[in-house]
Amino acid sequence: MSGDNVKKSIPYTVPIGPVHPALKEPVMFTFQMEGEVVRSVDFAPGNTHRGIEWMGMRRNPVQIVHLTDRICGICGIVHSLSFARAVEQIAEIEVPPRADYIRTIMHEFERIQSHLLWAGVAAHELGFDSLFYLAWRVREQSMDLIENITGNRVNYAIVQIGGVRRDISDDQRPLIEQGLTYYRGLLDQMKNVFLNDSTIRMRCRDHGLLSYRDAQLLCAIGPTARASGVAMDVRHDYPYCAYGDLDVHPVLPPQEFGGPKGDVYDRIIVRLLEIAQSIDIIQQCLDTMPAGEILWEKKMPKLLLTLKKAQGEAIGRVEAPRGECMHYVRMDGNEAPATWKVKASSYSNLMSWIPMLKGEQLADIPIIVASIDPCMSCTDRVAVIQGGSAGFLTKEELTRLSQKKTRRLIQCR
Amino acid sequence: MSETPYRSPQEIIDLYKTEFGAGILDARITERGEGVHRKKGYNIWIRLDRELLKPAIKKLMDIRFPHFAVIAGNDLGDEIELLYILSVFYGTQFGEYMVTFGLRLPKSDLTVPTITDLIPGALLSEREKQEFFGITVTGIPDGRRLFLPDDFPQGVYPWRKDETGIKPEMVRELWAVNRPKDRPAPPVPEKKPVPGDPVAEGKEKKTGGASE
Repeated sequence: MSGDNVKKSIPYTVPIGPVHPALKEPVMFTFQMEGEVVRSVDFAPGNTHRGIEWMGMRRNPVQIVHLTDRICGICGIVHSLSFARAVEQIAEIEVPPRADYIRTIMHEFERIQSHLLWAGVAAHELGFDSLFYLAWRVREQSMDLIENITGNRVNYAIVQIGGVRRDISDDQRPLIEQGLTYYRGLLDQMKNVFLNDSTIRMRCRDHGLLSYRDAQLLCAIGPTARASGVAMDVRHDYPYCAYGDLDVHPVLPPQEFGGPKGDVYDRIIVRLLEIAQSIDIIQQCLDTMPAGEILWEKKMPKLLLTLKKAQGEAIGRVEAPRGECMHYVRMDGNEAPATWKVKASSYSNLMSWIPMLKGEQLADIPIIVASIDPCMSCTDRVAVIQGGSAGFLTKEELTRLSQKKTRRLIQCR
Repeated sequence: MSETPYRSPQEIIDLYKTEFGAGILDARITERGEGVHRKKGYNIWIRLDRELLKPAIKKLMDIRFPHFAVIAGNDLGDEIELLYILSVFYGTQFGEYMVTFGLRLPKSDLTVPTITDLIPGALLSEREKQEFFGITVTGIPDGRRLFLPDDFPQGVYPWRKDETGIKPEMVRELWAVNRPKDRPAPPVPEKKPVPGDPVAEGKEKKTGGASE
């Protein structure tokens, strides 16, 4: 600011990130601002790299299933389900129908908790913290049920190649139904607070617009695409798990709220309506769930041997809470797959930020960025940690630095 | 928007075969059914000449505007195979299927034209292939790195299985990272568990958890 060589001219460059209180996830934004208005946007993902695909190509499929659980903390089942479905197609493993239904039930519970988590984050980004508390308190019910079914709140570890690892017993059914009734009673209240609130409407209506054409061209998926009127939903378009037996339709913003406009408000509506849809799907699955086995093969050595012999390539895809999640797997008769490519849902949605943020004000950036429900740990899963190089601090080095600082502070006292 | 007619997977393959002839090296359909009724979903796999990539994608856009998912890639030794994974007919109940175009590039000439002029959303995936496979995408509007950090060494491509892949010395095995040995002793010495004492061995806690 003091030097003569610093040119003061419009547009100003405003960096936000990679870690910033206003952002839900680590991503580096560079905005070109003209006053309060965003002129152009650039973003750089890649701040949560762990090299998971590289690790996977050195492990056997059963180990990878548990690795996929850890790609993302919120999408605990979609990655393991996509990967398992791809491997099952290669090895020609028939999943028992009951396992397909349990997978579907878990898949929908995950959608409920993910959408509620997002609703809370959105409320927080708007500065509406009491609503944030409400959404997250309500979310606990689905987390409790997930814990009841799988034993874990996150990293469910329920999917196994060829089925699921835990059954839903008759004792658990009343609990699940109780949870569904709880949500049914709450939905109208949630819709009321979110959709009839004038503040939320003012902040979200006509902000962060994504047109139908842009959504198609930029390959947007999930609620982001549906809010722009693109009727795509893997559960409707492409049968998998129990969805081939069900009648699921993509949720588009209804006419009564002004039809699909593709703004932040529409993305809120779509997600809220999808919670109601998920409750219906779980109820249908509970009512029509067939009896029988839950695993194709219980004996681990036999499963591993089958997988070792498997050759071929396949795509496993599911509709994650954020949109299509896809895994491409190629196996060539070795223990580890030759290729494993993960396409998380946010990977397809990130490009939508560019048209959404153009022309918006600085203060609207957090809610617009959050409106696609970005999940960076899913998107960034690929790289290799290189210890000892100049720009890098390993965890141990960082811990040591932190300990040093604590000691220094103690001595200053 | 004009609605184009719906076509079955076999019809799509026939259309491609009549248009591109010998340029289509291999075309097959895989199917998979799940649930009680085993309702089938279809995937189309088309292997083609590398020159035909853009015409093939343009052709698919004429059939119905596709959803572009991702570019996957295989290192096959002397060649790198790129797989452009798209899907068509979304919005049709149980009528969508994946269309995968595979093309092989010899490692002596790893160039492929950009498809971002047709589908701008493919940019992230093309940038990713450049840094992870060392492929040159000609005409790419933004050729920067995407996921890899700026100080990642040049000429190392994590998904390659040859000498340009990740070198062993770049890998830090987590199990080999020991606890730091230069820590000061704790102010209060840690209690050693007394044999036979259920509290110290944590047995009591376990039974408490089981009765919940």
